[in-house]
Amino acid sequence: MEHNSNMTPPSSPSLLRPSRPVGFIGYGAYVPRYRLPAREVARVWTGGKGAGLPIKEKAVPGLDEDVITMSIEAAKNAIARAGIDASELRAIWVGSESHPYAVKPTSTVVAEAIGASAHIQAGDWEFACKAGTEAIVAAMGFVGSGMADYALAIGMDTAQGKPGDALEYTAAAGGAAYIVGPAENALTVINASYSYVTDTPDFWRREYQKYPEHGVRFTGEPAYFHHITSSSKTLMEALGTTAKDYKWAVFHQPNTKFPQRAAQMLGFTPEQIAPGLLVPVIGNTYSGSSIIGLTAILDIAQPGDRILLASFGSGAGSDAFDLTVTDKILERQGKATKTQEYIARRTEIDYATYARMRGKITMK
Amino acid sequence: MEIPRHWRLKKQRYALIGEVCPHCDAKIFPPRDVCPECHREAKDLFQFSGKGEIYSYTTIYEAPSGFDSNAPYTVALVKLSEGPMITAQLTDVDAAQVQIGMPVEMVTRKMRDDGDERGMIVYGYKFRPTLNHI
Ligand SMILES: [Zn+2]
Repeated sequence: MEHNSNMTPPSSPSLLRPSRPVGFIGYGAYVPRYRLPAREVARVWTGGKGAGLPIKEKAVPGLDEDVITMSIEAAKNAIARAGIDASELRAIWVGSESHPYAVKPTSTVVAEAIGASAHIQAGDWEFACKAGTEAIVAAMGFVGSGMADYALAIGMDTAQGKPGDALEYTAAAGGAAYIVGPAENALTVINASYSYVTDTPDFWRREYQKYPEHGVRFTGEPAYFHHITSSSKTLMEALGTTAKDYKWAVFHQPNTKFPQRAAQMLGFTPEQIAPGLLVPVIGNTYSGSSIIGLTAILDIAQPGDRILLASFGSGAGSDAFDLTVTDKILERQGKATKTQEYIARRTEIDYATYARMRGKITMK
Repeated sequence: MEIPRHWRLKKQRYALIGEVCPHCDAKIFPPRDVCPECHREAKDLFQFSGKGEIYSYTTIYEAPSGFDSNAPYTVALVKLSEGPMITAQLTDVDAAQVQIGMPVEMVTRKMRDDGDERGMIVYGYKFRPTLNHI
């Protein structure tokens, strides 16, 4: 494809590094209880002949769950690990592409339910699957400027695929919450972040449409791989690092193969991405995808571990982060339900139950 | 649907906030401003831990309007670890798994949806089997 001038990195790329160092004070995940195996989708739509299923199974929300209820639980887990009171949060931001209301913020319900103050910033973020990391970047600026001590950023989705569409195998529910605060109280310091965005028509959903559309020819190379490698490479070059300097890496996970290949392109080994590669067992949690992968890494991380995180959102963009785990991690890992414990809480459902739970059966 | 009533009950429903008696330390839920133990005034707010156990239960197959999309579901009398007994829906559990004495914890879930996809979504507390023992 043609590269115009705005796609070449500037000679001194503008890394985001706040004047006051910041990091994650707490983190929390949420995965709902139900699982729909990919073979069950293949049974219904292809007579079981789906060649090479993209994942093993995906997480499906219960009838009484949505982005608000799931965000509340992940936020409570993050607060438990942070060891702060919810009233100390100065901002609550929720990134999602499945906010329950078209108009009425998710963030205010979450704030009220976790016991936050009314004297705060609250808002919902949208950027396909990178709305959560965009909220994290905003929180870095908010805390890094000294205007606030603690900001809560959440990426959470209950993604839907059109029945029978390729996305129906993977579109899943789950996500994570992070509390950004001063580096001296952080379990993970954010060394720097860098983002890369272009106007790319790979995936979209128009207003009032229940299911998204995707431009098949645009999803791989020009969208996912181009943006993730651009953000990650630029960040690593500017910091003078290579894949060998990191203990772990985690990338956005629309299926199993894409993050594996992105890792390979950037020089990472399968071992480096293994603990954060959750898509085979929970599916693509959209705004939650890369950051819930990071929660599974933090659950087992040791002080000093360096981590590369890169999200991807269609439309398109990628936010990359360079992180270093501190000694505070050890005392906080066990203070809330671990991501693998949520994954182990598993009830398999068939396609008919899934269709009822996800409102795919029209009753009027 | 009475929007103002939902708005007033919000704290109590989202976060299980009740009261504690300043005279005898009894924990009170739902809040009623008078202590059921010593009958004196009790207006201090108290945040319940959300942990408890099932005291008794029943499964609803024919749900009232507004709740029918969730049927069947189980309603339980939950004895909170701080003392009070409350009635609540159970979630994330199959009816056959429910047992008296089962440890449960509070979660915030959708209680009802105005059905026509146009009204307000009401959130509130339910209980599920305890995930861990932190
Ligand atoms: Zn009393």
